[in-house]
Amino acid sequence: MLTRGLVSGWVLSRARVSGGFLQTTALNGRREQQERHWTTEAALKRTPLYEFHKAHGGKMVEFAGWSMPVQYTESHINSHLHTRQHCSIFDVSHMLQTKVHGKDRVKFIESLIVGDIAEMKDNQGTLSLFTNDKGGIIDDLIVTKTDQGYLYVVSNAGCADKDSAHMEAKLQEFKAAGHVVDLEYLEESLIAIQGPSTARVLQEGVCDNLNKLTFMSSVLTPVFGIQGCRVTRCGYTGEDGVEISVPCRRVVEFLEKLLNSSEVKLAGLGSRDSLRLEAGLCLYGNDIDETTTPVEASLVWTIGKRRRQARGFPGADVIVPQIKAKTQRKRVGLMSSGPPMRQHTPILSPDGKVIGEVTSGCPSPCLKQNVAMGYVETSFSKLGTPVQVEVRKKIIPAVISKMPFVPTRYYTGQ
Amino acid sequence: MAACFLLRRVSANLTNSLPRALHPNAFSPARLCARTCFRRDLSLTPRFCTALRFTNKHEWVRVENGTGTVGISNFAQEALGDVVYCGLPDVGTKLSQSEEFGALESVKAVSDLYSPLTGEVTEINHALADNPGLVNKSCYQDGWLIKMTISIPKELDSLMDEAAYERYIKSIED
Repeated sequence: MLTRGLVSGWVLSRARVSGGFLQTTALNGRREQQERHWTTEAALKRTPLYEFHKAHGGKMVEFAGWSMPVQYTESHINSHLHTRQHCSIFDVSHMLQTKVHGKDRVKFIESLIVGDIAEMKDNQGTLSLFTNDKGGIIDDLIVTKTDQGYLYVVSNAGCADKDSAHMEAKLQEFKAAGHVVDLEYLEESLIAIQGPSTARVLQEGVCDNLNKLTFMSSVLTPVFGIQGCRVTRCGYTGEDGVEISVPCRRVVEFLEKLLNSSEVKLAGLGSRDSLRLEAGLCLYGNDIDETTTPVEASLVWTIGKRRRQARGFPGADVIVPQIKAKTQRKRVGLMSSGPPMRQHTPILSPDGKVIGEVTSGCPSPCLKQNVAMGYVETSFSKLGTPVQVEVRKKIIPAVISKMPFVPTRYYTGQ
Repeated sequence: MAACFLLRRVSANLTNSLPRALHPNAFSPARLCARTCFRRDLSLTPRFCTALRFTNKHEWVRVENGTGTVGISNFAQEALGDVVYCGLPDVGTKLSQSEEFGALESVKAVSDLYSPLTGEVTEINHALADNPGLVNKSCYQDGWLIKMTISIPKELDSLMDEAAYERYIKSIED
């Protein structure tokens, strides 16, 4: 038995089973042995919780140059279901946290992303996209417009180097033009708490009424007596939850306090991936990248109305016309039974023509069916369209399906 | 079933025709198969009957009455996590040693399966269709994957016994 591949971006710990090699399946089901030298544990970056993870039975794997827990002592499925039913903690400190300071900060960030930040209320956040001049997506990110005189930006660990280089280049341009902007990269830990019990568990530790903190809003507040925590009601699971930026010297204490509640368990990258897929959320590098545009990726909603008219973002001249003219391919959800669809599974029309490819897929622990997302020719993108997928040379029926696969439960107010 | 029986007989006969001198080891496949085919020999210890042989890809095979039962090791099922789908071959599929014969899928990964021996698939574990988790719960008993004929008994010599497999696991865990 040999475990195949990178599954949705992270390397499975048991890849070691094959003696340091991973076997991957290339496009069109063609098997290709790909040597991947096992990155030595020592060379990987560690979050301040590395020892904590190990002490709690975390199985550490390489992810985007970091050593991160893929799961703890609970099975992947139990941990996934626990998050949907109760509450899980994820260490997401590997993500890049940046503050954008200066009076021209909104103009600066809008020159890089598709979102309308100027129109946002204070302490509101939004999902947005860094785009390139060809309309491709450099990364996805969350931008929060704080009332503290800065924008708070969280972007992907795997893109940290190119994101910061991209922002720095624009920063020089802005400074040269006499604008006032500055970047500050945060050392804070980032902890996601996700699941229906989140507010109840967290309320014990904060003075503010969490009922007032609705989805995608943010507050700077002490949590469990720890000063300087930024709590943003958001996440990557489809559940109610928060992400909290915590000073790293107190993050262990913070987690220990959270774990005092019997409802709270630690969860790793494994559940994080299956949860986000059930919620229909994209994983950068799998489902979106520099070759996909926001329109192809079905992320048109991230492009602000004003921005569509003003076109002042990279790739606008490619992206804006696509909104009306439509694109050749589109990101869709798929469901099937039988052998699971995975990244690179070919998608076929009912008469057997290749019409696209799966970009992420797994058996859904909640639905007991296979869920996936991928790109298909736009003529096949309508919900309910029957298609086929090719898994290990077998042709399996699948249906273009609505995302999220599992209804999201974001807290939008009482 | 008749075919199954016949295949078993054929493989057992082949086994018996192998020169004993090639297999000085008491646990040699020739001894093992030769003894197991005399089913009326009640003195046969169950342990001897059910000795497992392992591949370096973590499949095991147990030879009984000239038929090999194949599964994955405890180490493998632990590493794979909750098995949610078992992709198994059709009965009658002819396999060569080390040939891929199916795949096990967990939520996070898909693991290919490789045949420990050359032979033909005579039975698949239908219980896994509704209950793939048997691979986790009982990887050496109820969670078996396929049964197969043994065309080339000496291939068993290329597999690890339990002690060697234990050492192998230790070596890759270090």
